Order: sequence, then structure tokens, then C-alpha cells
Amino acid sequence: MTARVSAPRSAPVSGTIVRLGVRSVFGRRRGALLFILPLVLVGLAVLVRVLVGEDPTAASDTLYALGLAVIVPLVALLATTGVLAPEIDDGSISYLLAKPISRHTIVISKLVVAAICVLIFAAVPMLVAGLILLPDEPRLALGFALGSLVGGLAYCALFALLSVLSRHAVVIGLIYLLIWEGLLGGLLDGVRWLSITRWAGAIVEEVADLALVENLGAVYSVVAMAVVTVLGTWLTGRRLRAFNLTGDE
Amino acid sequence: MTTIRLEHVSRWYRNVVAVNDVSMTIAPGVTGLLGPNGAGKSTLIALMSGFLAPSTGTVTLDGDPLWRNEQVYRRIGLVPEREALFDYLTGRQFVVANAELHGLPDPGAAAQSSIALVEMSDAQDRVISTYSKGMRQRIKMASSLVHEPAVLLLDEPFNGMDPRQRIHLMELLRTMGAEGRTVLFSSHILEEVEQVARQIEVVVAGRHAASGDFGAIRRLMTDRPNRFVLRTTDDRRMASALLVDPSVRGARLRSEGGIELEASDFGRFSEVLPRLAREHGVRLLEVTPTDESLESVFAYLVST
Repeated sequence: MTARVSAPRSAPVSGTIVRLGVRSVFGRRRGALLFILPLVLVGLAVLVRVLVGEDPTAASDTLYALGLAVIVPLVALLATTGVLAPEIDDGSISYLLAKPISRHTIVISKLVVAAICVLIFAAVPMLVAGLILLPDEPRLALGFALGSLVGGLAYCALFALLSVLSRHAVVIGLIYLLIWEGLLGGLLDGVRWLSITRWAGAIVEEVADLALVENLGAVYSVVAMAVVTVLGTWLTGRRLRAFNLTGDE
Repeated sequence: MTTIRLEHVSRWYRNVVAVNDVSMTIAPGVTGLLGPNGAGKSTLIALMSGFLAPSTGTVTLDGDPLWRNEQVYRRIGLVPEREALFDYLTGRQFVVANAELHGLPDPGAAAQSSIALVEMSDAQDRVISTYSKGMRQRIKMASSLVHEPAVLLLDEPFNGMDPRQRIHLMELLRTMGAEGRTVLFSSHILEEVEQVARQIEVVVAGRHAASGDFGAIRRLMTDRPNRFVLRTTDDRRMASALLVDPSVRGARLRSEGGIELEASDFGRFSEVLPRLAREHGVRLLEVTPTDESLESVFAYLVST
């Protein structure tokens, strides 16, 4: 009996899991949606530009209400659940878990894939849409791109936790976006303290020198998003450490 | 030598008990985990592979806890029952990925030898979604063998295999057991288990019903009373003749016709029945065993 054992690896990211994750996101039909969402954003930006012209208010309203509040969280939701939920649903995640790898490495690797998706399908399209809407004001485009990336990351960590807690992560994620971020966020002013979209907005404000969310400091927002990202990632790993394979019996 | 030890392990889901106070030791060699569907076999394998925490009791691998201890997977290979795999990969890519995740120095070579072991070399470059059930089973097997684990746990590995694949897998398991690995597989088919396993653990309704080599289990199962329904040309005459013989424990005339019969010694009864029928000039129209299902065998085992 020979046991080939190599030294324990402590790398926080596994190249193999990232590779598998990329293929799993794009290997499914849901992956196509990731291409459609940024097209909708850029398409609408073109439309607004043609109909309204170069108007700062129209530009920031479009980028905030459509981009930051809809496209970014949806891309994060699709990418994160796409990389985690199917494997948890069908149990194939056991092939990743039955390995001497830290559970946090698995989660971080999966989140790297989701973050790459957010960069390509949310942040970059926001930059492009921003430049289409206001070509003379690159700071606006840059601010929204940065806000999308940071906010998207926080969303990914939150949805990752949701994916390991429930088999209905997509539905719950959508309800959360619709009710909390959308409906209540618009009605109740206090929600801004606990709203990722509004935190991301505060970062855009800081970079692009705009007024999107009232009375929400950029420092608070950055700290809040860092806390959500780190805590979400850590809790996801912790939960994965106690993964139950059965459930049929 | 690697040993899995369960000590007074129970596991319940809310108020449903899946595994009830089970203590067993899985030693090197091939062990069969036998029991009807829903008996708790998958729960036991999940407990033994660190994918489930016992509600009470302990499960250890050479003294190390299995729950929340990812380092045990250096020594464990698990072949889950569920068929889901990374369907978008080829068989080879899947096994190589498993080798990489184990941190093996040469993942490609390890994957090749393990794919060859399960005779999947020809189909290794096909996408897994095109695989048959048996091929999936074998590529799962290859992925779990890639790091040459000391322990191999297989949940219903023979499901969906054709006879040739079945024989091949049985040989493979026997070889691995002979090499000193600890191999445990679950099945609900006695014949399947006794062809491969030296040691058999029987679980019924979450309880550890019996343990021993296959001869002992086989005896337990065949020495139990057998029930039959006979239809003859003269039921009353046949029943009275049979009651005289010690192999018959009881007989009852059914109102709708026929005899309900309980035999205590199946071997003797099967020889006595036709002889007595001939001697008394009665024709046997039908002899039907009424409790041959595995469940009744298990039920009997539990009650003894």
C-alpha cells in the first residue's frame, strides 16, 4: 500500500477549482444570461445618449438605477450561484470536498471565478456605458465601474453564503434584491445603512463627485462592504466544512 | 493498516432515526454493507467518509475523527451513489482534476494509471455527459482511486452495471482488499455481497442486525422458517401428511382453498414434499414461497 502524499498546500486559491468553476459557469445555459445583461446595459446607454444627448443627470440615473441596482447584483447572483448551486444541488461538490483542501480555499477559488465574471460582465460594461453616456466625463464611468466591482464582490460573498445555506439561493437572492434593495431601499431611508447597492453608490459618489445616496460616508461603505465580503466568504467556508452529503434517506 | 471504527453511533434527522446505536469496525479487506433500501447504508457511508456528523457516538479513522477533518481525505477514496459528475469535462480531465486537487506530484500519470485500472482508457477523451451508467460508475471509481487511498468507500457501486462490468469491478475490489486496503461497499443484494466480501455487516432499519463472514450470514438467512402456499388436488390429505414430518412446523387450510405452510428446515422440506405427495396420491398444483423478499429475510434477522 503506497500512499503518495505531498506537503499540505496552503494556497488560498486553487487553480484547478478556478478552471472547473469557469467551465461550470459557461458550460450551462444560464451562462448565456451573463452575456445578455451587459448588452442590455450598453444598449440602453446608447438609447439614452441618442434620445437625451449628453446629460449628466440622465447618465448617472441610468448607470445607478439600471447598472448598479440591477445589472451588477444580477451578474453577481448568476455568477455565484452558477459556480456553487448546481454542484451542491446534484452533490457533485463532494468531489471537491473529498480532498485534503481547506474549505476556505474552495470558497475563495469559487469567488475568484465570480469576481472575474463581475469584472467582465458588470464593471467593464459599466465603464463602457458611462463613456457612451458622458464621453467627456471619464470620472463618472470610472466611478461606476469601481463601485460595480466592489459592490459586486460584496454581493458575490453574500450570494455564496446563500448558496450553501439554501437550495433556493437564486429565488431567495432575487426576492432579496427586489424587496430589500429595491422596494424597501426606495421607501425607507434607513435601509441605506444596510444596502450593498447604496454602499456601492457612496463609492461612486466619492470617485465621480456626484450625489446619489444621502448621508452615507464612503468610509462607512468601504468598511461595510469589506465586512460583508470577508464575513460572507468565511461563513461560507465554515458551512462547507460541515457539508452533509446525504439527504435522500 | 487502516481501520474505521464506529462506536455507539446514532444519527437522526429531526425525529427520524436513520442510524441507531451502531458499533462496528471496518478492517482491511473487503467488507460488504448489506441491507434493504432505506436501511441507513448511505447514512453510514456518509458518516464514515466525513460527510455527516453523528448525533451521538464517534466515528474515527485510525483514531482520527472524520467529521470536519479534511486531512482524512488523503487516506480515503469515496465513490458516492449519486451519478452527478462534472458532465462538461472529459473523463480524463475529470480524473486529472481530482489528482490535482489531491496535490499529487504527477497528476497526469496518476490519472492514466487509475483510468487504466478501471478499463476506461478508450473512452477517456469523451465528454462525461455521453457516458453510460456503467462508464460513469467506473470514471467515478478512477477519480476516487487516483491518490491510491488506504480506504475505499463505495455506495451501491454495482447499480446500473452490466454483468461484465460487474465482474470486473468485483475483481478490482477483491484485488484491492488483498492488497491490504480497507474496502467497504454497500448493496441490497446478498448474492452480490457474498461474491466479493469476506466480512458482511447487515443493517436493517438503522440497526446493526448481523455481522460475520458470508457463511454465517447465509446460514442465518436460510435457516429461518419459510412460508409457502400450496395448492393440491386434496389439501386436507396433503396437510395432514405434511404435519407428521418434523420439517413442517405448521399448516392451515385456507378458506379460499390451498394450504398455508411454515417449514422450519427448508432443505429437508424440499425433499419431503414431493415424496409425501406421491405416497398419498396427491398432485401438487402450485408451491409458492410467500416471504422470499429480502425485506422479510432482513425482518427475520432483526427479530432474532
